[in-house]
Amino acid sequence: MNDRISPQYAVGIDLGTTNCVVSYVDLTAPEEEQVREVLPLLQLTTPGFAEELAQLPSFLYLPHESELTDEDKQLPWQHDSNRLTGQLARQLGSKTPLRLVASAKSWLCHGGVDPRQPNLPLNSPDEVEKVSPYEATVAYLQHLIDSWRYKHPDQALVGQDVTITVPASFDPAARELTAEAARSLGFQHLTLLEEPQAAVYNWLEYAGDDWREEVSVGDIILVVDIGGGTTDLSLIAVAEEDGNLVLNRIAVGDHILLGGDNMDLALAYVVRNKLAQEGKKLQPWQIQAIVHGCRDAKEQLLIDSDVQAVPIVVPSRGSKLIGGTISTELTRDEVAATLVEGFFPKAGIDQHPQQQARTALTQMGLPYAQDAAVSRHLAAFLCRQSAAANEVLGLEESEFIKPTAVLFNGGVLKAPNLENRVLEIINQWLADAAAEPAKKLAGADLDLAVAKGASYYGFVRQGKGVRIRGGIASAYYVGIESAMPAVPGMEPPLEALCVAPFGMEEGTEADVPSREFGLVVGEPVKFRFYGSTVRREDAAGTHLDYWDEDELEELPEIQVVLPVEDRNPGDVVPVRLAARVTEVGTLCLEAIPRDSSARWQVEFDVRTK
Amino acid sequence: MSVDFTTFPATLDALHLLLAVLASVFVILFFVRGKAKPSIPEPVASPAPAAAAEPAPVAPPPAPVLKEATPDAALQLLALLQQEARFVDFVNEDLAGHSDADIGAVARVVHDGAKKTIQEYFSMSPIRTEEEESRVTVQDGFNAAEIRLTGNVVGQAPFSGTLVHRGWKVTSVKLPKLADGHDTSIVAAAEVEL
Repeated sequence: MNDRISPQYAVGIDLGTTNCVVSYVDLTAPEEEQVREVLPLLQLTTPGFAEELAQLPSFLYLPHESELTDEDKQLPWQHDSNRLTGQLARQLGSKTPLRLVASAKSWLCHGGVDPRQPNLPLNSPDEVEKVSPYEATVAYLQHLIDSWRYKHPDQALVGQDVTITVPASFDPAARELTAEAARSLGFQHLTLLEEPQAAVYNWLEYAGDDWREEVSVGDIILVVDIGGGTTDLSLIAVAEEDGNLVLNRIAVGDHILLGGDNMDLALAYVVRNKLAQEGKKLQPWQIQAIVHGCRDAKEQLLIDSDVQAVPIVVPSRGSKLIGGTISTELTRDEVAATLVEGFFPKAGIDQHPQQQARTALTQMGLPYAQDAAVSRHLAAFLCRQSAAANEVLGLEESEFIKPTAVLFNGGVLKAPNLENRVLEIINQWLADAAAEPAKKLAGADLDLAVAKGASYYGFVRQGKGVRIRGGIASAYYVGIESAMPAVPGMEPPLEALCVAPFGMEEGTEADVPSREFGLVVGEPVKFRFYGSTVRREDAAGTHLDYWDEDELEELPEIQVVLPVEDRNPGDVVPVRLAARVTEVGTLCLEAIPRDSSARWQVEFDVRTK
Repeated sequence: MSVDFTTFPATLDALHLLLAVLASVFVILFFVRGKAKPSIPEPVASPAPAAAAEPAPVAPPPAPVLKEATPDAALQLLALLQQEARFVDFVNEDLAGHSDADIGAVARVVHDGAKKTIQEYFSMSPIRTEEEESRVTVQDGFNAAEIRLTGNVVGQAPFSGTLVHRGWKVTSVKLPKLADGHDTSIVAAAEVEL
């Protein structure tokens, strides 16, 4: 496709941990007729049956060569019939987990694993082909491209103005990998957008011009996004500039692997224990079925307050149904005790999750949150970001940042009970601090909001509507060993040099003038790498010789190789570092040798096994 | 712990529900026959058949032909109902000798699954919106396929009578597309766990 043809559609892709959604808007239509549509995603749902669904489950299944007939795995496009994506993958994988790749997205930002290394499905036998988290991401994107072509044969998806959403808490390496996966498939006009921001854009679009009446200068909007696998938090301040309201994304939370799937599992264990007390022992496949049953029952119980109990029935596996079927029920009280009290307990603002020991290098599984209480994670986030709005809104120091409005997003929060509980907890904190209660902003389509907001962002980028500002949500540092005499048994103390300041905007650059590094020509040189979501004052070049443990978070090491070319291998060349935030939205670190103007890319995703 | 559906009246309710579902399933099977989509179409506009315009017909109209319903859509619906509702398993069971409580438990599986399937693939609405057992008037020119007159069927429209059943009309059908070469006669594959 010709690069000069301007894209017809603004497309938003929600590349979720458990589901992908694509939304689009026709930019060439008259403005009042521009409707955001959701792309039907054609996928196999059972062997031989294909359906168009709004969501593509983010699962990849690697079938055994004799598991399915060729006819039963074909779609109108044929890429690699040995890799199935979507509903069928999830369905087959529930019975054969050793061939199922799930949560690839969480592996993209896992500190201890190289995301390009084929390691999934984890711990499956050698005979099963392995794929890397990166490849799985490519596979999901490829499926979206194919589904798009099926609907729009004349307009390739890769030629459109595409916005892919990523968690606000994604580190630079995970962002870069997502962008690279898209580039490898030929996407030409690509932007990354943080998921909570996309939810806010969806709200802006939904509220229309009324949004200015719902919030005013000085408001702080807290976005709580609880999806299937992750919880993402962001703060957005409403400020004023030249008489206009402007939105500033002032802080993002940590990557918390805690979501709706944990809740379904927790309920399934309640049901299992209840059956165990009746002397019924369950097999793994029955637990699977109970998880499924609990998901539906949970929604009924949380949405309809008249329902006191919902039956959970696990049919037998064989064709004899009667007699082999296990049945029990899930009650309102059990859901309240397990979900509301378990995941959203009433915690004080000073009750934070147990600090996780950072065992990133030894951990092989995903680093699931150890504390299941969303309220404690929320309290920790608000305290940690207590100063986030001080500069933008001119506020005083306080114990925690006080949101004035809350926007909910994610499938879990479709249940009004949970939404109200979160709001109640936040308002209790505010009341204790003698502050006004926060109000709830009315969102829409919590499952599809992120994709829809992302497609709206394409429209915003054409200079229409309101744009959320923010730049990068973290400051980045490289670690330098300080020059001091070696002391046996003591690691030399580490200093941190700020290379990219907080809030750097897309398309800007920061030089790090203060310090040169000696790079050995032809040899990879590694640096320790840190991020901080709280040190928002540090400029590029700031030197830290002391920091609080929870101020800087260590990220995977970064690496640079100076190619030999016209130099001698082994020579040491002084270089300085420069940081750039690309138009796509990824961070780019470069090494610039003193003796030339050439720039060498610093690699982010060097992860030790 | 109380499992309330094991009590006698609730079980009867469940069974009634089930019967209603079975009835609607057969109605739907009747409706969808012949709407088979035998293969997934390629994403290209199918070329319009260049039908040569025939001269004005002179022959007498041909005798009515009964068309053969294609089994694909019916088999597909059976497969979907088996998958979600264990429909084929259930109708092949012998209910004699099982307690109502056991049958009631299974009725939930069948009802929940059948409901989900029907709602997923069909949109339907009642043909008449009036209360059943109320008096209704059937206007002249009514659609005899939609409204069946029974009992004292004499005289001319408008007819006045009691609405016995509201009727159901499927407003849209969206069955899964079938892969070319997929054997629809396999309603449920045998499963072997290794």
